[in-house]
Amino acid sequence: MNAVVPQVAGAEAAIWRALGSVVDPEIPSISIVELGIVRSVEAEADGWVVSITPTYSGCPATRVIEADIRSALAEIAPARVRIVTRLAPAWTTDWIAPEARRRLREAGIAPPRYGSTDTAVPVRVLHGAAAGRGPGGGIACPRCGSLRTTLVAQFGSTACKAQYRCADCLEPFDYFKPY
Amino acid sequence: MPDPMADATPDPIPDDRQLFDYVLRLADNGVVLAQRLGEWVGRGPALEEDIALTNVGLDLLGQGRMWLAYAHEVETRYAPPGRGEDDLAFLRDGGEFLSLLLVEQPNGNYADTMARQFLFDQWHVLLLGALSGSKDERIAAIAAKARKEVRYHVERSADWVVRLGDGTDLSHRRMQDAIDALWMYTGEMFAVDAIERDLGAAGIAADAASLREPWRSSVAAVLAEATLAMPVDGWMQGMNGRGGKQGVHTEHFGHMLAEMQIVARSHPGAQW
Repeated sequence: MNAVVPQVAGAEAAIWRALGSVVDPEIPSISIVELGIVRSVEAEADGWVVSITPTYSGCPATRVIEADIRSALAEIAPARVRIVTRLAPAWTTDWIAPEARRRLREAGIAPPRYGSTDTAVPVRVLHGAAAGRGPGGGIACPRCGSLRTTLVAQFGSTACKAQYRCADCLEPFDYFKPY
Repeated sequence: MPDPMADATPDPIPDDRQLFDYVLRLADNGVVLAQRLGEWVGRGPALEEDIALTNVGLDLLGQGRMWLAYAHEVETRYAPPGRGEDDLAFLRDGGEFLSLLLVEQPNGNYADTMARQFLFDQWHVLLLGALSGSKDERIAAIAAKARKEVRYHVERSADWVVRLGDGTDLSHRRMQDAIDALWMYTGEMFAVDAIERDLGAAGIAADAASLREPWRSSVAAVLAEATLAMPVDGWMQGMNGRGGKQGVHTEHFGHMLAEMQIVARSHPGAQW
């Protein structure tokens, strides 16, 4: 299916396949496996444990995703499946699969830069181009590839995206912020 | 006279009641500030701002929920079954909320809202950085996650301080007035009481006093860029164990809470 699904067989493979069919309701072009939300699928005495990790703390999609996982797994009816939430290590956009980044771009969303951020403390990130905004900020327009883009607002249609505008094709677009 | 600071006895082992209070402080800052930001919904000065305020509020509410869920587990250990997330948010009275005085201050004009956000965000990002190393694994995990979100909050609020401070005469005056008016609520962020001291000695709580200098230098840099004057420290509200962290709030708090809790209190047990 895709590169991030481990090479396994039998029931475990079926579970991964089912999870691969669940999409993020706010970014329907990529699955929760490709987003890095599914951390592991493990056997236990009388069934399976699926570990997932939340993306943004307040993301309204989190509960929908959990419900979707349950119904996807119910369809293939494996043995009892327990879903547990794992907070650490915290989710990062670096876990988004390369193939999914391509599809984000096709959906008009500029994919996040790598190098999510844990170490640096950019408190009071500098104004202007130095902070990756303004002309030359380096975020490529997902439509025409131009680097002449400008930040419009740090929060876009969802908390995980910022709004940008392209100075060449003049279209606005979403940028999936590094997390 | 003996030195009151001298360590005569070893630090007591912090108990779950202290931990519960500390986690509630973290939770309530998020819940209360999210409620304030929610008051802007539909009234933002521009669509992008309306959306941004809501998204910041949503992050804070999500973090608040993670803290409340942990508070529930801690309370369950000594007073089972403990109060759940909704009960803690909607059925506590004002005196049981342990949020900072700063976050309950009214929205005022846009400069007031962004100044409040900026002064809090600069502290919040430092606090969460320190808590990422807490010996309490749950606190460390939530803090590490929340910090990723708060980095964006502080970037945005600092931008607004600069934009309004270094803007027109009117926007400059409003931002300066806002910073000046809120300054007396900033001291509480760095005031360490017995709970924080005991939990800090156990490696669980952050040393709030140690955040003061980094906070001051970050704030000073932004205010300088914004052509604003850094206020002189004067009388600080909420110090000496008589502030929001101990449940003593300003007159604004009850009004805010009434609006926040009315649905849950009018329809006990309702599901939504």
